[in-house]
Amino acid sequence: MAKRIDVKDLNLYYGKFHAVDQVSLAVPPHSVTAFIGPSGCGKSTVLRSLNRMHEVIPGARAEGKVLLDGEDIYASTVDPVSVRRTIGMVFQRPNPFPTMSIRDNVVAGLKLAGERDKRKLDEVAERALRGANLWAEVKDRLNRPGGGLSGGQQQRLCIARAIAVRPDVLLMDEPCSALDPISTLAIEDLIGELKKDYTIVIVTHNMQQAARVSDQTAFFNLAGVGQPGRLVEIDETERIFSNPGQKATEDYISGRFG
Amino acid sequence: MSDFAKVGRPATRETGSRGSAPNTAPEATIPPNPPDSGPPPAAPKVVTRPGDRIFRTLTVGSGALIVVMIALIGVFLLIQAIPSLSGNQASFLFSRDWNADPAALAFGVLDLLLVTVFSSVFALLIAMPVSLGIALFLTQYAPKRLARPFGYIVDLLAAVPSIIYGLWGLYELAPALKPVSTWLNDTLGFIPIFATGSSNLAIGQTIFTAGIVLAVMLLPIITAITREVFDRTPSTQIEGALALGATKWEVVRTTVLPFGRAGYISASMLGLGRALGETIAVMIILASTSQHFGFSLFDGGDTIASKIARAASEFNDPRGAGAYIAAGLVLFVLTFIVNAFARYIISGHKEYE
Amino acid sequence: MSTATDLDRPAAPPAFQEIGAGRKLRNRFATGLVWGAFLIALAPLVWLLITVLARGLEHVLNADWWSRSFAGLTSRQFGGGVYHAIIGTLFQGLICAVIAVPIAILVAVYLVEYGKGSRLANAVTFTVDILSGVPSIVAALFIYALWVTTLGFPRSAFAVSLALVLLMIPVVVRTTEELLKIVPDELREAAYALGIPKWKTIVKIVIPTALSGIITGISLAIARVMGETAPVLVLVGYTSYINFDPFNGSMASLPLLMTSERLTTNAIGEARVWGAAVTLILIITVFNLLGSLISRLTSLKTK
Repeated sequence: MAKRIDVKDLNLYYGKFHAVDQVSLAVPPHSVTAFIGPSGCGKSTVLRSLNRMHEVIPGARAEGKVLLDGEDIYASTVDPVSVRRTIGMVFQRPNPFPTMSIRDNVVAGLKLAGERDKRKLDEVAERALRGANLWAEVKDRLNRPGGGLSGGQQQRLCIARAIAVRPDVLLMDEPCSALDPISTLAIEDLIGELKKDYTIVIVTHNMQQAARVSDQTAFFNLAGVGQPGRLVEIDETERIFSNPGQKATEDYISGRFG
Repeated sequence: MSDFAKVGRPATRETGSRGSAPNTAPEATIPPNPPDSGPPPAAPKVVTRPGDRIFRTLTVGSGALIVVMIALIGVFLLIQAIPSLSGNQASFLFSRDWNADPAALAFGVLDLLLVTVFSSVFALLIAMPVSLGIALFLTQYAPKRLARPFGYIVDLLAAVPSIIYGLWGLYELAPALKPVSTWLNDTLGFIPIFATGSSNLAIGQTIFTAGIVLAVMLLPIITAITREVFDRTPSTQIEGALALGATKWEVVRTTVLPFGRAGYISASMLGLGRALGETIAVMIILASTSQHFGFSLFDGGDTIASKIARAASEFNDPRGAGAYIAAGLVLFVLTFIVNAFARYIISGHKEYE
Repeated sequence: MSTATDLDRPAAPPAFQEIGAGRKLRNRFATGLVWGAFLIALAPLVWLLITVLARGLEHVLNADWWSRSFAGLTSRQFGGGVYHAIIGTLFQGLICAVIAVPIAILVAVYLVEYGKGSRLANAVTFTVDILSGVPSIVAALFIYALWVTTLGFPRSAFAVSLALVLLMIPVVVRTTEELLKIVPDELREAAYALGIPKWKTIVKIVIPTALSGIITGISLAIARVMGETAPVLVLVGYTSYINFDPFNGSMASLPLLMTSERLTTNAIGEARVWGAAVTLILIITVFNLLGSLISRLTSLKTK
């Protein structure tokens, strides 16, 4: 649980297009790292490369290493599907499976991997829902469809679904941008609790959010139109927001562009 | 809530650390699939699971099976037709007589082809304007709440099997058309298409009747596709026309019709293909005749499809059957071309996606 | 404008100008034409249904019609029923569905999930379009050439089903393809992110999400092939006896019964033909309704 990630010289391509250039960074276990930067700078692309999700797009390719506690997830002997079982992801728009009940949604990762023991599944469901701060609200309607919840609840359901399989790392791609401010706050509080058990990387375009929830922040940017995105600076959150090392970082944070 | 860098910091900055970014760029979005100027470098080998491999093979295999099937249809028909064609005493493409007796093969497909095309074009000429009207009605004129049920009713026309169309055409429509066809024959009989033909007007087993029934069968096909296309007219265009104070008809004429023209033509071509291949309704309605086709609506005769159907139960001798298969091959090629053309017409129109 | 107080003139020109009479007239005319077109579509439908019901409904309204065949009856004897033809029609349609549906769904899955943009996918899409335009008589001839002449099998109901497969596949591929495209990519992504392999994602998440629509599409496609006459003319013989064996012997079906009995030009032949017509329309309607019903029952609930 809660492993460390080391990214070394990561280059990401879509076909021939060089999308992200030479990223290297380290994510300590039990911490929250925020990726910030203007639209199109590659922060989501980099996030998705951490669980080999960007490969889902035909023609997408990665060069470099991403080490999970020292093991390269891009080694040629590694099955991308198993990588995604240990590195979970929550998306921008809540996407519970519409054909499944709330309980089945939460344990979908286990059930579809073959787990049949009903008691175990129920235990996992409760644990995950408690971990996502959703148990109290849904414990009486676990058999109802997953689509009947509010947006914020659906997103917590997706978080429960992601943590039910006990991943080592939890990736979150702008998890609050489709939610109202109250739900956003609820999820930010949740992130603060989740980091006790998981390593978390969160992409956000909301700088205040990054400042609120993260321990370290990485700022990505584009060199120019059509240029690949790159990592400009990564540092402790407090320092990035009060005394950034790069002018570009400061310009972005103070709202001069982006 | 939190404090972060404020404006007006001194200009000294270290360059270094990761990837310097000299001038900050305004937003630029990374295209997900940018145009390549050459073949992309091969993706590295990735571990695949057996389940994925098997399933993928199944789907690819099914796709390939379909493609092979079409080729097989052409191939098999050709193989079966060749012995009969080689034994054919008459010219297959140009003779107007059909004799498929295996002992004395002398069959020519020209007459059948002429009747097929003539009746189908006649049906299309009737169906096209009516379908256009219906499609406009359903998308632009009908009250919104009724558009769906009305559309459903029009689609019901497609659910009726063609044999029932044939029966209705023969027993109900043909007698009812008698006054119309008699009048046309009497007053306009000097025009070849209204001249007296090989089929008795009183009974009505003519291309005229068959064509009208075919037209009714084509309505749901042409309408369904045209409706979809008309629905996709960008509302911005419609609103623009309305804002200029155009009447409903003017809005339709300037926005919906030009936008949907290619789709409408394509739909009509598909309808034509259907008419060319319609078998049983034509077989029931048209009266057989040994006369050559006289280009009159009041002729009887056979289309390629109905001729084959009439002889179908007697397919015992391969050489005799081969003659019909040869005719079927001609029909296959004809519908292939018409369908491919229909696709071609809308191939460039991305706005229909 | 003018300050003269002429009580007969309005104080100012009206704010909204009327449009010209010519434009109005053209507009009215067009509206009339368009409504007329719709009525032209309605007329034959209503006429046809009335005809079929008027001529055939009475013959259908007895129990014998649905439970007995014409075995032993000549063409001059009333009585009996179309049980043998109903069985035949249902058999041929269902056997066709059993073969066609899995293939069609796999093809649709290929087009949407695996093949996007590849050359094979373009060829497949093109072929499906062409196949949907192949006349039923040509499909029947092909199966005749392949199954009967080349492979030597006898004419049978199974051969009919094979021809129907060719006609059914393109329809199911198209509807399934549309439905799979509607399933949002986010669902697939959520599944991949959980470490669910692609094939399982398709089978357990994507297809179930689209399932109710797929079932409706299949049901409508079966209804359509059951009404096809050309394949039964070419590929199987008619019998007035009940036959449950699709591989051997003649088998009746409603369209085939109609074409055979049509040649009997007496009241009995007429009764049989129109009664069979009503029966066929009833069965097709049942399948259409069944499709809608199943769709509503299995569609995704949100509460």
